[in-house]
Amino acid sequence: MWSKRYRGALLTICAAMMLTGTTAMAAPLKSGLTIAFVPKQVNNPYEVTADNGGMAALKELGDHGKVVGPSNAGASSQVSYINTLIAQHVNAIVIAANDAHAVVPYLKKAMARGIKVVTFDSDTAPDGRQLFVNQATAESIGRGQIQLAAKLMGGSGELAILSATPNATNQNTWIGWMKKELAKPEYAHIKLVKIAYGNDDDQQSFVETQGLLEAYPHLKAIIAPTTVGIAAAARYISTSPYKGKVVVTGLGTPNQMREFIKNGTVTAFQLWDPGQLGYLAAYAAANLASGTISDKPGESFMAGKLGKRTVGADGEIILGPLTTFDASNIGNFNF
Amino acid sequence: MAEQIGTTPPAARRSLHLRWEWILVCALFGSLVLGRVLSPYFLTSDNISDILAGITELGLIALPMTLVIIAAEIDLSVASVLGLSSALLGVLWQAGLPMPVAIGVACIAGACAGWINGWIVVRMGLPSLAVTIGTMALYRGLAYVLLGSHAVANFPGAYTDFGINDIGASFLPQPFAVLFVAAAAFVLLLHATTFGRAVYAIGTNAVAARFSGLDVARTKLRLFVLSGLLSAVAGVIYTLRFTSARGDNGQGLELSVIAAVLFGGVSIFGGRGSLGGVLLSVLLVGVLRNALTLYDISSDTLTIVTGLLLLSSVLVPNLIARVRAVRDQRALAAAH
Repeated sequence: MWSKRYRGALLTICAAMMLTGTTAMAAPLKSGLTIAFVPKQVNNPYEVTADNGGMAALKELGDHGKVVGPSNAGASSQVSYINTLIAQHVNAIVIAANDAHAVVPYLKKAMARGIKVVTFDSDTAPDGRQLFVNQATAESIGRGQIQLAAKLMGGSGELAILSATPNATNQNTWIGWMKKELAKPEYAHIKLVKIAYGNDDDQQSFVETQGLLEAYPHLKAIIAPTTVGIAAAARYISTSPYKGKVVVTGLGTPNQMREFIKNGTVTAFQLWDPGQLGYLAAYAAANLASGTISDKPGESFMAGKLGKRTVGADGEIILGPLTTFDASNIGNFNF
Repeated sequence: MAEQIGTTPPAARRSLHLRWEWILVCALFGSLVLGRVLSPYFLTSDNISDILAGITELGLIALPMTLVIIAAEIDLSVASVLGLSSALLGVLWQAGLPMPVAIGVACIAGACAGWINGWIVVRMGLPSLAVTIGTMALYRGLAYVLLGSHAVANFPGAYTDFGINDIGASFLPQPFAVLFVAAAAFVLLLHATTFGRAVYAIGTNAVAARFSGLDVARTKLRLFVLSGLLSAVAGVIYTLRFTSARGDNGQGLELSVIAAVLFGGVSIFGGRGSLGGVLLSVLLVGVLRNALTLYDISSDTLTIVTGLLLLSSVLVPNLIARVRAVRDQRALAAAH
């Protein structure tokens, strides 16, 4: 059946494939892995975009991806899903943690059973995971927000921050860097008057914005480093006499902020692309589960269309700097 | 509530009540079979341990809540007391107190919070629904004042291990032992003591109970203290299980607890229900949620399932009663 000539040709092809394989990457990724994404909560549009990015990457790799998670963002709400994934023996868990500590013992249990753990977007304590895929360094986000706000408010005036929950790991770190940036002499005329918490709830953020403007009549700008907060703040300002007078900026998604950029409530805001974040996290998890990388600093891997990424100190992988969205470029984005 | 009870003869109520518990037993068995069919991982010791650990706090708070609701009162502040005791435990441990002292103080604070609820309800004669809506916000607020935006997570390993590990090589999580002991104590208290009978009497008709010489005020006050104490114990276990003391711990749990109690066949109008039904209901909710989660059913669908279960617990007995009333009327008409 198989003539000698055929067999020879086949061997040549195989050899050629192996050669190109070895030049492209150190070792091939396994396919058919089961990798689960655990978002903070399943119905948050931001989380959905991030998870979709992850699912797209896993599809490219020929792995099975799934998204499981709670419908509320309470500290412990993800634990039962982690336990379930351990019982199901998935290859890797990619999680955006609601609480830096509550999930750690359960993620440790997962790692003890050989399941790889990658955090993305919102980290746990370092002993709860192997890799953390971060949007941008917390420092560049915090400082960048102040730089943008200062530019929009003309370098002076009262500033308030509308954050998520008082416990949110992300927001608190960024606010820390914002304060450090504000301490610089060039911001001497900007005064941070209040940090309010809208608990990442649309209604509550809306009411908090209202409260800020009543309590501080001379308020010049609000920074909302949360996608829920900035949209609620912009919605309140857009129908109030403060429209065009009070600067609203922060972290928002283009789809959410499009109408406020159009009607002049918001001039500019920033964000990373959550879809790319999920995409990178999926590649990191697949590489970890295939054994092509461990969690050692300096190791690198190819992350599909994003190109090469390197593991940094504490197992951290950075997506890249923030994008600033304004009327000139918002039309190019759809997430 | 008196009229509600007056319409059904005692014998019918009793049989209805028994029937509901049997329905729960069947539903529990059904959900165990469902779990086994849906997932090969369902009946593993790891998973059973997860189910039992997952219902610890719910079960602990449902115990006194059952008594409170049977006495025709309600306590909506339980989840806030849980958060308060968690925050207090965190603050005290951070302040350098030894763990046993910190745990003791957190539990006593919970009992005090319950006593305040009870005192306002009993002494001011105000409806517990209104009072505990107020203290629900008050205690949660205090929890945030205590811990602010921080979370305390550096508890000693020996204690957090208690929250996570199983008893020996069994599939029983260690915190479950606390629930087991508390459940046994509450079953005895409600179903085998004069105190328990007083609770039923007060829930059926508080005025009649008072004229029969029962100390209604003191009994209710004790129920609220128990509710606060057990919520605080649940708060300590919650903190150790998730190694994280936070002011917002257990947010929204009060509704799950009340749902489980009502689903267990306890009448929201008081005077009727049993701890057996409530414990079955807590277990059933835990098993069903776990089975569906293992089958990768989304959490939104789970919420819908929980809602439908609760609704059915109100509708089914009501329908049975109606069908029976129609049948009795027909029988009566035929006899004439």
